[in-house]
Amino acid sequence: MHMADALLSPAVGATMWAGSMATLGYSSKKLKENIDNKTIPLMGVMGAFIFAAMMINFTIPGTGSSGHIAGGILLTVMLGPYAAFLILASVLMVQALFFADGGLLALGCNIWNMGFYPCFLVYPLIYRPIAGDGTSAKRIYIAAIVSAIIALQLGAFSVVLETLSSGRSELPFGTFVLLMQPIHLAIGLVEGIITAGIISSVKKVRPEILESGNSLRPLDAGISLKNVLVAFLILAVITGGALSWLASTHPDGLEWSIKKVTGKTELAEQTNGVASLLKDIQEKTAFFPDYNFKPSDKEKRGKEKPPVWPGIEAGTSFAGILGGAIVLMFILFIGFGIRLFKKQ
Amino acid sequence: MNFDEKYYNIGFLDQLSYKDTFVHRLDPRIKLIVTLLFLFTVISFSKYEIVALLPFFLYPVLLMTIGEIPLMFILKKVALVSPFAIFIGIFNPLLDSGQVFIFKGLTISAGWLSFFSILIKFTLTVSTALLLVATTSFPGVCHALRQLGVPSLFVSQLLFLYRYIFVLMEETMRIVRARNMRSFEQHGKGIKVFVRIVGILFIRTVERAERVYFAMLSRGFQGDMPTLKRFHIKAGDLVFAVSVAVFLYIFRFYPATEILGRFVQGVFS
Repeated sequence: MHMADALLSPAVGATMWAGSMATLGYSSKKLKENIDNKTIPLMGVMGAFIFAAMMINFTIPGTGSSGHIAGGILLTVMLGPYAAFLILASVLMVQALFFADGGLLALGCNIWNMGFYPCFLVYPLIYRPIAGDGTSAKRIYIAAIVSAIIALQLGAFSVVLETLSSGRSELPFGTFVLLMQPIHLAIGLVEGIITAGIISSVKKVRPEILESGNSLRPLDAGISLKNVLVAFLILAVITGGALSWLASTHPDGLEWSIKKVTGKTELAEQTNGVASLLKDIQEKTAFFPDYNFKPSDKEKRGKEKPPVWPGIEAGTSFAGILGGAIVLMFILFIGFGIRLFKKQ
Repeated sequence: MNFDEKYYNIGFLDQLSYKDTFVHRLDPRIKLIVTLLFLFTVISFSKYEIVALLPFFLYPVLLMTIGEIPLMFILKKVALVSPFAIFIGIFNPLLDSGQVFIFKGLTISAGWLSFFSILIKFTLTVSTALLLVATTSFPGVCHALRQLGVPSLFVSQLLFLYRYIFVLMEETMRIVRARNMRSFEQHGKGIKVFVRIVGILFIRTVERAERVYFAMLSRGFQGDMPTLKRFHIKAGDLVFAVSVAVFLYIFRFYPATEILGRFVQGVFS
């Protein structure tokens, strides 16, 4: 259920990045306060462990299909939320870069969906109260299963929200939720059983591992977690406002969002200097390559109808296709040209 | 994808990053920023956009050819991860029934446009992200992150993770092989055995981490992993960054493809 770049809008991607980076910075700060150097290699090797464990497949009973684990709850139970969050973020980053699971812009979403919920919401609010002091195997089982299911449900629901607020998919909310939630209910159940099994088998062989994890656990998670949540809520409200403005048939809304999003980079510095001039040019050339829409009756009723462009003649889209074909040929030509040139 | 193949893939991507070409020599920070800029530009296009996205293929193609990265390798990886985007996108043609006029005699539903738009964006973003590692190396990306202000604890985490992925994968490969030899048909591949195997792997991992820590202590580890390699931004880096930025700006805000099409249409009519 990795979120993909192609389904994201810049505003949503940036918001989720901001939320994840804030949590990341906060976690490393908290971790630095009471870490011994021993934990640094342990965390790193644990990340590699998650990878290794993902590569062992198992057969899900009754279905014959195979699955693997995500490990959010497992890591949090073993190492505490701050370390677990950093490990999960690093695992997701390697997945994004090497396996192309998700993407670089969707990485913010993925870290949030798969890291934030298990570490900072489910673990303190659900796992800890149910598992108690961790002496009863039965309570650990129930806690792990319930937590894994809820964490995955929250993650899947976030994928739905992120995709829908990006506006790239046509799936209606209800259908999408019905597609995502039941699948992840099953995955969560399996993940929970496995997590519980691993925790109890580790507890039998090396109980001190679980106890040493205790020292890394925060006691005041509730207070400081609030700051993160409040910051994220403010961001969400701001972008939510922006999104509704974007959706209001304003065709230049996306330009606005990319300007806001790339505000920290070099591009922005260039545009700032000559901003007014460029604005003039843009206004003069304010026609976009677009397609001629014949809105059907259904869409007229719909909320988000595509913009209608009455001023463009029918030849526009043909010119677009022609130009596109030429551009593609040109790029292929360059690619093969360089390759040939290099071989000589 | 089976296990050995996944392992081979990650090692192969690592190998590619040790080549010495113009793209590989660019400063990692610049490459990272330019890549993010590229991705943001691509996903900022509206959901019905197809034609204006095509010129953006130039960037990955250039990186791939100048950086001598095999095309099939990248394409295979893109295809492997495409199911999710296709799964979500395929509903667009069914649900978005607005008719779009392409040219005389051909009218398709708007949903197909947005579906193909998602696919193109997907190919562009995934291949660019893969090319970033293939031309920069993962440690390079990590050091760039550190210099750009990511907490050093997290950077150490990434470097450790990357180092031990290879070690633990080899260990896991041995475990999986041993299990496969002892399990006939589906016996021994269920959850029970899996949980025990992973439990053992977990304990071995913790013990390994302890040994690693002692080995590092004896070599003077003090909580940070500095790099000997110093990166300097050279004139070539700046030229690269500025030219990509200009390229992105032009093709984002001007309908260059369509103007070209009109021009050619005009020449031939």
